[in-house]
Amino acid sequence: MIAESMYQELILEHYKHPQGRGLRDPFDAEVHHVNPTCGDEITLRVKVDEGKVLDVSYEGQGCSISQAAASVLHELATGATVEESLGVVDEFTRLMQGRGQVEADEDVLGDAVAFAGVAKYPARVKCALLSWMAYKDAVVRSA
Amino acid sequence: MFDVDLIRKDFPVLSRELPGGRSLVYLDSGNSSQKPNQVIDTMRDHLAHHYSNVGRAHHTLGAESTAAYEDARDAVAAFVSAPSRDEVIFTKNASEALNLVAYAFGNPIATDERFRVGPGDEIVVSEMEHHSNIVPWQLLAQRTGATLRWFKVTDEGRLDLDDLNDLVNERTKIVSIVHQSNVLGTVNSVSPILARVREVGALMMLDASQSVPHMPVDVTELGVDFVAFTGHKMVGPSGIGVLWGRRELLEAMPPFLGGGEMIEAVWMDRSTYAPIPHKFEAGTPPIVEAIGLGAAANYLTGIGMADVRAHEKELTGYALDALGEVPGLKVIGPRTNISRGGTISFTLKNLSGDDIHPHDVGQILDDAFGIAVRVGHHCARPLHLRFGIPATTRASLYLYNTTDEIDALARGLHHVQKVFG
Repeated sequence: MIAESMYQELILEHYKHPQGRGLRDPFDAEVHHVNPTCGDEITLRVKVDEGKVLDVSYEGQGCSISQAAASVLHELATGATVEESLGVVDEFTRLMQGRGQVEADEDVLGDAVAFAGVAKYPARVKCALLSWMAYKDAVVRSA
Repeated sequence: MFDVDLIRKDFPVLSRELPGGRSLVYLDSGNSSQKPNQVIDTMRDHLAHHYSNVGRAHHTLGAESTAAYEDARDAVAAFVSAPSRDEVIFTKNASEALNLVAYAFGNPIATDERFRVGPGDEIVVSEMEHHSNIVPWQLLAQRTGATLRWFKVTDEGRLDLDDLNDLVNERTKIVSIVHQSNVLGTVNSVSPILARVREVGALMMLDASQSVPHMPVDVTELGVDFVAFTGHKMVGPSGIGVLWGRRELLEAMPPFLGGGEMIEAVWMDRSTYAPIPHKFEAGTPPIVEAIGLGAAANYLTGIGMADVRAHEKELTGYALDALGEVPGLKVIGPRTNISRGGTISFTLKNLSGDDIHPHDVGQILDDAFGIAVRVGHHCARPLHLRFGIPATTRASLYLYNTTDEIDALARGLHHVQKVFG
């Protein structure tokens, strides 16, 4: 079944047990992003100190892909430097926009590589990218 | 004699195979319907042997194209029992038909009092409208300073008419509501609203995009002033829609778009306009699409709209029962098979009681079982806000659907619950 390549066990795990969910203080920037075609929403906060991401907290609603992507983002970004995390965002974006033709760099992406199958579904790419684009926006605003 | 197996043979796509060897279960006709050979062949034949521009090409092909285009108007007029073929305006889609009417209001060149709109005047829609029957009226209100008001929707998914006499009053210029909801399936009762509209001297429009394809619709019997519908939901092509309007109103309205063929004579500083319907058909129209729509109307007439409605009613009852047995499934809209069509929207929880997002439902149904449904807010966001949900999964039935396909849907939903359990 095609679906199984998209709904990797790891995605379902993150969906059922989201990491770092909930909005927390303190924070330097808060953003709210929506996906108008499906109504998915996310509110996301970042706390940055001396170039290091201390916390990424979020609250949102949406499909398993969008919620799991936020959970994975939290894990990858929290504790990383801003620069490292933006590198991961760029690689994730490249993978998602690659229409399934892009080979993912697992060293950079870690768990996020599980989303590779999503890239074959143009309608779902925005779901996966929603929280990541919100994060990028929040980091810019926190500066 | 209505025979769904024979009807399915008319629709080539229904027997195609999807990647991975899945067969297609098409439950998304409320979004757009599939096309029978009779429509495909008519359009192909016209393109291959007769095509030219309509109305302005004075040669054999032009005459043939014009005749076919105008025959399509006759077919559509007959399909909705329009008193006159001239009252059938071809548009791009139902949205354009709604906009055409909305832009007739508050237009400074409109001389008829009924189309004058300004501050203090009111426009009435409902909470169950498709965005295409909300946004044009919001724009009208913004252009003119008029006030937009709306009927509320009950928990069961019916129009709440308790406020009818307050909502529709002496200040009301037009009431525009959906005939059959594209989310709830609810078929609205027109007559009580129309009676009040007439009492206060307002006009009434129906968005019939989801009713004309599925039941016999007689515009004279309905008694309203304007009816909009679209070709692609009634086994016709996309790119063609219809506005039906009462002749004297269409004649009183200013043109919508200016251009070729909508004129009578043009000087550098002014123009006079063609009589209806051509007054509202500026530019080269979607010729082959209109001809395809004519073929679609004839196809449905050949089958019989009363039989189409009866088949869908039976399927809807079957589907409401089958979906009612899926634990954690909640139908948004009437649960009884009365005054409702075959559009069934629902939310789904897993067996632990957690919501499963419609995108996930739709993806698994498609990928694992070849079942096509629509997921999201179906261009009716205010209605979803009303029910406090971001999105629903929607199965919409048509003349070619079967009880086997509904069984497949129910099985598919059980599987979805396992994946997201």
